[in-house]
Amino acid sequence: MALLSKKDANLIKDPLADNNPITIQVLGICSALAITAELKASVVMAISVLFVMGVGNVVISLIRNIIPSKIRIIVQLVVVAALVIIVDQVLKAFAYDLSKTLSVFIGLIITNCIIMGRFEAFALGNGPRRAFLDGIGNALGYGVILVIVGFFRELLGSGTLFGMKVLGDPIAKTGLYSIGYENNGFMIIPPAALIVVGIIIWVQRSRNRELIEEA
Amino acid sequence: MLEHLELFFRSIFVDNMVFAVFLGMCSYLAVSKKVSTAVGLGAAVIFVLGVTVPLNWLLDQYLLQEGALVWLGPEYADYDLSFLSFILFIATIATMVQLVEIVVEKFSPSLYNSLGIFLPLIAVNCAILGGSLFMQAREIPNIGLALNYGISSGIGWFLAILAIAAIREKIRYSKVPAPLRGLGITFIITGLMGIGFQSFGGMLTGDNEPPEQTQTTTAETQEEKEIKKEIEDKEKAISYNEAINK
Repeated sequence: MALLSKKDANLIKDPLADNNPITIQVLGICSALAITAELKASVVMAISVLFVMGVGNVVISLIRNIIPSKIRIIVQLVVVAALVIIVDQVLKAFAYDLSKTLSVFIGLIITNCIIMGRFEAFALGNGPRRAFLDGIGNALGYGVILVIVGFFRELLGSGTLFGMKVLGDPIAKTGLYSIGYENNGFMIIPPAALIVVGIIIWVQRSRNRELIEEA
Repeated sequence: MLEHLELFFRSIFVDNMVFAVFLGMCSYLAVSKKVSTAVGLGAAVIFVLGVTVPLNWLLDQYLLQEGALVWLGPEYADYDLSFLSFILFIATIATMVQLVEIVVEKFSPSLYNSLGIFLPLIAVNCAILGGSLFMQAREIPNIGLALNYGISSGIGWFLAILAIAAIREKIRYSKVPAPLRGLGITFIITGLMGIGFQSFGGMLTGDNEPPEQTQTTTAETQEEKEIKKEIEDKEKAISYNEAINK
């Protein structure tokens, strides 16, 4: 991180752990949970949000002095929607199957609270360079949780990672399956994502006691 | 009529906005600390979904879909504007929310006082945009069903936030492990509620179960029935024999 001053580096580091958008700020959960049954979808979603957040934060930060504050929500929505359309079209062109799996959840990046939240809280008050770093940091923090949840759900639920059978073949009974291991079908169904995120929050807060909420 | 009923119950219970597709989670988690505010937000969501889904259905049908512009003239039949749907839907939602806020403030100040603060929040609630996008993805055939879909998914969301708010009010008196307090336990409760709602899956047509499984179970039950019959017959025969012997 020689290129960045300490203050700038913190913009990226903070959202990764102590100020994570999902587990601490409680933003952007809507689209985070439904698509995490497979690791591949999680990674693509994380990259899409990274792109939208990075570019969106810079755009908003560049035009922040000419946006009338009364209509800023609409302006922000238009910027995000335009970026999301680009992501959606690119996915449809180059990864059609994946864009079918993600279906409406790519569109729902528009209303992902992380993006609006960071526009409001950061990009409107800071220069483009810092806004870019903040966007990248928060998108990475979001992506980290997505990938962790996706990893556990795919590994425990289907015994695969990125579609590769890492635990052996359940039908031919090789690898772990030969000693009686079974896939946990529970991890595939949507509510399991909530429980995995709940456990991540639990682990994170027991390691860092300052984050515990008042009763 | 039957399809209306089916869509109604399906959107409330089976495809519940919160438990099946996780839409509107941000406000669901943020505004569910008290039942009274949860009711206010839930009512606003039903209302806005009921307005925006039919409106976006009209937009989708007469502007965005492939060949939708044919009413302008035959030379427009090849146009496919569906890539614009995100921006158009979100613009409709934002303007409708603003419009509804102005109208409600003018004509019903009491309703405005109870809904008012939540209306602007709703413009960026994923449940609203999600409702329109799912309406488009599921190709809902007519405007009546679109209205039905909007209102019933709103009711589903309302039920979910009402339930979690009631549970959170009660759980304040329980001893939750300190690191789980607040957000963590809410996530886990929602997960458990979601698993509960999964059991509504086979409620309507039962088409969510894989057909093979049902076949094997019916085969099993048939076998069981036959075995039971045999046992009963034998018992009957035995008791008959005993009766004769006496």
